[in-house]
Formats: sequence, C-alpha cells, structure tokens
Amino acid sequence: MDNREIILTVDDIHKKYGNTEVLRGISFEVRKGDTKVFIGSSGTGKSTLLRCINQLTIPDSGKIWLHDEEVTHSQKSINYFRQKIGMVFQNFNLFDHLSAVRNVEIALIKVRKMPKKEAREKAMEELRRVGLEPQANLYPAELSGGQAQRVSIARALAMEPDIMLFDEPTSALDPELTGEVLAVMKDLSKNGMTMLVVTHEMGFACSVANEIIFMEQGKILESGPPEQLVRNPRYDRTKQFLFKLGELYGDIGRSQ
Amino acid sequence: MTDTLQLIASNLPFILKGSLVTLRLVFSALGLGFILGLFLAVGQVYAPKPFPRIISLYVWFFRGIPNLVLLFLFYFGLFPLLGLDFTPLMIAIIAFGLRSSAYQSQIFRGCIRSLGSGQMMAARSLGMTNIQAIKSIILPQALRIAIPGWSNEYPILLTDSAVSYAIGVMEILTRGSLTVSRTYQPMPIYLTCAVIFILLNYGGMKILHHVENRVRIPGFGNTEM
Amino acid sequence: MDLVFITDVVLPPLMAGLVVTLKLIACSVPFGLIAGILIATGRVYGNPLVSFACSAYVVIFKGTPLLMLLFLIYFGLPSVGITLEPFTAAVIGFIVCNGAYNSEYIRGAIQSVKSGQMVAALALGMTRREAILNVVLPQALRRAIPGISNEIIYLIKYSSLAYMLTCIELTGAGKIVASRYFRFTLVFLIVGIIYLILITIAGKILSLIEKKLEVPGLIR
Repeated sequence: MDNREIILTVDDIHKKYGNTEVLRGISFEVRKGDTKVFIGSSGTGKSTLLRCINQLTIPDSGKIWLHDEEVTHSQKSINYFRQKIGMVFQNFNLFDHLSAVRNVEIALIKVRKMPKKEAREKAMEELRRVGLEPQANLYPAELSGGQAQRVSIARALAMEPDIMLFDEPTSALDPELTGEVLAVMKDLSKNGMTMLVVTHEMGFACSVANEIIFMEQGKILESGPPEQLVRNPRYDRTKQFLFKLGELYGDIGRSQ
Repeated sequence: MTDTLQLIASNLPFILKGSLVTLRLVFSALGLGFILGLFLAVGQVYAPKPFPRIISLYVWFFRGIPNLVLLFLFYFGLFPLLGLDFTPLMIAIIAFGLRSSAYQSQIFRGCIRSLGSGQMMAARSLGMTNIQAIKSIILPQALRIAIPGWSNEYPILLTDSAVSYAIGVMEILTRGSLTVSRTYQPMPIYLTCAVIFILLNYGGMKILHHVENRVRIPGFGNTEM
Repeated sequence: MDLVFITDVVLPPLMAGLVVTLKLIACSVPFGLIAGILIATGRVYGNPLVSFACSAYVVIFKGTPLLMLLFLIYFGLPSVGITLEPFTAAVIGFIVCNGAYNSEYIRGAIQSVKSGQMVAALALGMTRREAILNVVLPQALRRAIPGISNEIIYLIKYSSLAYMLTCIELTGAGKIVASRYFRFTLVFLIVGIIYLILITIAGKILSLIEKKLEVPGLIR
C-alpha cells in the first residue's frame, strides 16, 4: 500500500476547443515524490492538461484537487494555488526586461511579499542550484536556450511549489543544450520533487519517471512504470508511438 | 434643449460653409506637399552635392517650426515684406503645403532608397537615362508605398487647419468662434464643430483607404518604412 | 540687421515667454504620459465598457483640432461653472490631446509584447494587475519610447497654441514684440529658431533616456 501523501487529484477533466474535444475524461492521482511523464502525439491535449491544473486554461468539466483543496472553481484564490504549482514552459517565457536574478526574485517580492534582501538571497540560491550563479545579471537575450530554461526552472522553484509542471521543457532547445536542462530535472526528481513532465525525451522518462502515461486522442490509453510500458506495451498504438519515437530519438530502452 | 438644437440648426449653414474652406485648405496643402515633397525626395537621393544638404535643412526647418509661428511669419512678416498681397487662405495653403512637403519628402525618400539601387541599375542597363528610370520605374512604385503615409498626413492637416484661425481664414473653427461671440453659447457651438471635424476625418480616411486599395500591387508594400 | 536690437530689445521678452513655454511643457508631458498609459491599458485590458470608452476617447481627441479643444475648455467650461486660467486650460487641453496620441503608441507596444510573458506571470501567481504593472508595461513602455518621444516633440511645438488663449508664452511674446516694433519677419524667424533649438535639445535628451533604459534583447 502506497502510504505517501496524495498531492494532486485530477478527476474526469474534459476540454473542448471549438468542435474538437481535446481532453475527454482524464483522471489520475499524483503522490508525493512522483515523477510522471506524459507522452503522446502532438495535439493529444497534454499541454492543455497541464494548463488546466494551474487553471491557465479552464476545463469544461471535471475537478482538480491540490492536497484536499479544490483548484477548479476557485476563481479568486487561484493565485494561492498558482504559488504552490510551479510551471516551466516550452518557450521559457522569461521576463525579457529583467536580468536572470531579477526574473527569479520578482514573484517572491510581488506575490510572496518577501523583503527585497531576503528575496535576492533566495533567488541567488536557486540560481546556484541550477548552476547559473555567474549569469545572474545577464538578460534573457544574452543567455543560451539551455541557460534560459534553467533560469525559468529556478524561477518556478523559488516559490517552493508542492508540484512542478514541465510543458515540453526541452522541445525548443538545440539538441546539445537539452542535456543540461534534463540534468537539472533529474536532480530535482531524485531529491523528491513531485513532477509532471510532458516530453519526448524517452531517455529521461525511462531513467527518472516512476510512471509513464501515454495519451491518445484526449484519453489516457495506457500507463505504467517505464520498464513495463516500454518493454511490454499493452496496446498496439502505444507500441507504434514508441517505435516512432525510437526512430527519431534513438534507442529508448537505454537510459541516459 | 430644444433651444440649443435650434441654435445649432440656425447657425449650422454658416459653420458648414467653413468645411468647404477647410477641405480646400487640406487638399491643396496635401497636393502641394505631394508634388514638392516628391521633387525634394528625388533631389535628396539623386541630386549633386550641395542640394541634399540644403534640402535636409529645409526639412529640418519646416518640420520643427510650430504651425502658428510659421503662419505668423508668413502672414505678418514674409509676404508683406516681399510685397505679396495674398489672401489668408492662400498663405495658409502655402505654409501648410511647404510643411507637408517636408514630411512627405521623408516618406518618399525612404521609399526611393528602399527600392534599392537594383531597380535603377536594371533600368540603366536597359538603356534608360536617369530621368526616364526615375519617371517610369522608381516613382510609380514609390508612390504606391507612400500612399499609406497620406493616411497619416490627412488627419494631421485636417486638425492643423484649425490653426489658420489665427490669421483669419474663414474655416470651421473661425466661423464657430464668430458664432460664439455672437450667441454667447460656446459649448454647443464648439461641440458642433467637433462633430464636423470628426465626420470629415472619418469620411476622408474612408476615401483614402479606398484609393489605397485601388492602387495596391499584390505582394508589394512589405518594403515598409 | 541690428544685433543690439536683437539682444537688448527682442531677446529678453522672448526669454520670458520661453520660460512660460517650458512650464507648459513641464506640466503637460508627465501627465500626458500617464493619461496615455491609462487609456492604452484600459483599451487592451479593460472590460468591454471601459475598452469602448477608451477607444471613443482616442477617436474624439485624435480627430479634433487641439485649438478647438482649447477653446472648448477655456471658453466653453465657464458656461457650466468651471472657469480656468489660460495656463491651466492650456495644460489640460495638452494633456488630454497628448494622452490620446500617446495611448496609440503604447497600445501598439503592449500588443507587441509576447503573450507568453503574461502567461508566465500568471503562472507564478501574479494577479493580472501585478502582471501588467511588472511585466507587460515595463517592456511596452520601452518599445513605445520612440513614439512617445515623437509626441513630446509635437507637444513642444503645439504649446504655441496657448497664446490663442492669451497665455503669453514664446510665440505670444514674439507677437507682442514684433507688433510693437514692426519687425515681424525678424522676430518670428528668431522665435522659429528658438523652437528648433528646443526640439533639437529635447530630441537629444530623449535619445539619452532611451539609451539609459535600454535592455539587451528588447528589440522593437
């Protein structure tokens, strides 16, 4: 019996865009320390799902609980929840007019109302954690893609979230730069952070995730621990998808 | 309320006559600015040594001097000095026209330059003289790029035309003010003037967009300034 | 051309007028900028009613002559009980008009800030207000600097209209001196040159400010 605390409960989420139903009843549970990786073809609603969790997108129906507080329908107090849910975007979305350290500290100052000195210290600490202390005063335009993404991870971590959501964090990066970001994410996972990751990086998934969830046409088709899903997928569709991924990214059975 | 409406109604013809003067002023200035601006632009890009500098000076002067000062300079100073007995309207047209030419010349200049020396080279290699090339190749393209710039000049000239009140041109604002001094009802009268200006603005812009669409070349106009 | 005449008779009153001009500008520019920001933000982020009101504001005050607005304020308001001094009426007119033009530049700039910026700010838990103030506006305002600078230059030139409300600024002072001594061409040429110098200096200062606020990578 898994005694770990349940951090997130997602219950029957539906979302339609125009005539296309992108999410058709997604339900799952996330426990403390889990690293769940979502895979599937583009347009199967994985990013939409993540955005529903922190209500950047409002689902048409279904509920989401963080610990035992309901996130959906929370309207006014959504910011309270957003502080506890960290998000890392495919395009980093760093604030272009602020240096790296200012990017990390701004939410601490404005949202957490931390005094400036304390915020600066915390920000520098987070930058140190992702290995970017020397770049603290550089602006986003002066950073490489991998550095920028690491700053955005530091920015999300600084808020000390209960759960981190990663929306294709390495898809916009040159291949040589994905390694540094995945290393940071691996570290996070090993240190017990609860993470939901949407990615194509199967190497990462296999070595770090404790569950891989395969989504197809708005539903969860199959899910399970990496060894089981990758070696012995139950559905043909899953097999097909993994095969395609393998063609593109190389042998996925091997962990990075 | 009905008194006010009656007041406006009875004075409207007088004020509306001013819009004819306003439009005459605006379009004459626009036209003068266009022809002169084109000439200046070509001069700035293609003329021999001292001219580009002189033209730059001209542009700097006429873009920087306030409308009111220019009108005063011409009406009280320069024209009497030169013995020219022009009506206030004529002087206003010349003043605003010269000013518009300064602005328009810069738009044209940008276009002529952005068209690239390539076009000029191609024309010359076919045996055209400079003047022929400018007339048949450069200008037609430059014009089509420049017309959107008029969407800018028109509202500016329209609202600036009211400044000619200062030298007694009988346009909308002047007539409005005369009406006010007669009837002592500034609010309704000036509000009426405002509505007239807004309508002229809107109407003029519609016409300009129509013209723009008529002369558009597909795929062109992305050599934006 | 009598140099002594220029320096002893013409320049002193012109300088006094120039001081008034500078005061007019100093009062109008900051509030015109604030007005522009408020109108632009209202238009982009406000509810439909606010957005419509802001759009209407822009259409009205860009579409009517500044001089007419000044007359409306100075001559019209007394009939509803508000009597203003020429200087004040002029400043109010300048702010309202300048605000309308500024708001167009700022609105364009706001719309050019990538939507991802807002999304990231919200994801961190900022309210829309905090996101607008701390993330969108700092970038939008930097991008709007060229447009706003342009409008400030216009304001310097249009300050001459304050004379039509009997506020004796530079142009008014010029008219008075010129009329007294019948030296219209000379005096108005000098007045014109002073304005040209003013806007050249203003242009340089605005360039410096733009450089100072520059952030690497915030391409316009």
